[in-house]
Amino acid sequence: MSEWALWGIFIAVGLGTFAMRLSFIGLHGKMRIPRLLQRALAYVPASVITALALPAVIYPGGHGDFVWSNPQIPAAIVAGLVAKRTHSTLLTIAVGMGALWGLMWFAG
Amino acid sequence: MRYQSGRQAFAQGVRALLPLTPGVIPFGLLTGIVAIKLGMSPFTAMSMTLLFYSGSAQMAALQLLGTGVLPMAVVVTALVINLRFVMYSASLAPYMHGMQRRKLWPLTYMLSDQSYALGSIEYSAGELGRFAHHYYAGAASVMWLCWQLSVLAGVCLGTEIPESWSLSFTIPLSFLALLVPGIRSSATLGAALAGGVIAISAITLPYNLGLITASIGGVAAGLAIETWCKGPKRGDIEEDT
Repeated sequence: MSEWALWGIFIAVGLGTFAMRLSFIGLHGKMRIPRLLQRALAYVPASVITALALPAVIYPGGHGDFVWSNPQIPAAIVAGLVAKRTHSTLLTIAVGMGALWGLMWFAG
Repeated sequence: MRYQSGRQAFAQGVRALLPLTPGVIPFGLLTGIVAIKLGMSPFTAMSMTLLFYSGSAQMAALQLLGTGVLPMAVVVTALVINLRFVMYSASLAPYMHGMQRRKLWPLTYMLSDQSYALGSIEYSAGELGRFAHHYYAGAASVMWLCWQLSVLAGVCLGTEIPESWSLSFTIPLSFLALLVPGIRSSATLGAALAGGVIAISAITLPYNLGLITASIGGVAAGLAIETWCKGPKRGDIEEDT
């Protein structure tokens, strides 16, 4: 791909992403957010964050191949329990990585 | 928590974001390494990082650039992944409108998954009063700096982190840490479960459409449970104005 095409992609994505970030913030006052959308937004973080996290746990390769021996699944369950108990990001990541390394070492 | 000054609220925002950085740094390093491995110059790679300021979209774009698809397909994929920012924008709009443009535009550009998560909680709690923007600015600018520096470090390293470390697993772990404490109602739990299950089953959809489908499905599930339970139980991450 030519250098020009590359910069075209960067600028198009950059401007498009900024436009999406600004969309409602920039329009507020001129455009009312519908009531249903306002209610719906309450559930955006939970559904998007889970939709980002779960496939990354279940399919480490990024493809749709499910593997039972994937150590990330038990490690993520342990990390989830730590998150529930402690509400600590650092502890969740530390225990999750520790569990993963332990399981990988155990499996040889 | 009440803050006496904007500086204090800014510092609190910085402190709130710092624990999230271990989940971001490995991803940034990997992004920088992948860009260099594709044959980009450090200048090109960092320009891309500044213009995108979105890790998942940048990673997806880099993957596609490596396979040599049409430029338009790269743009569409990156923008579809970033559609969630429209939802974030609508969610923050009631709190951020009315700011001067020279302050609003930089804060808007720095809107990320992490700064949204922290900002939306603090804004909706409403306890920060007129210093809420300072809190958000603190969290968002540290997140921005952390991202740029970790990609830069990856660009400088240029070599691969040993695969055996599995550091990419810190990304879903940091999402878990953000997610789990926020689930405090059955409707939020239902939204999370539906979003996760749909994302897993729709993983083979092209252009990352699985993420969008899952988000819409999760939101619909949350709304359905909320309506079914009659009493207006809300997701605890977000509140009405």
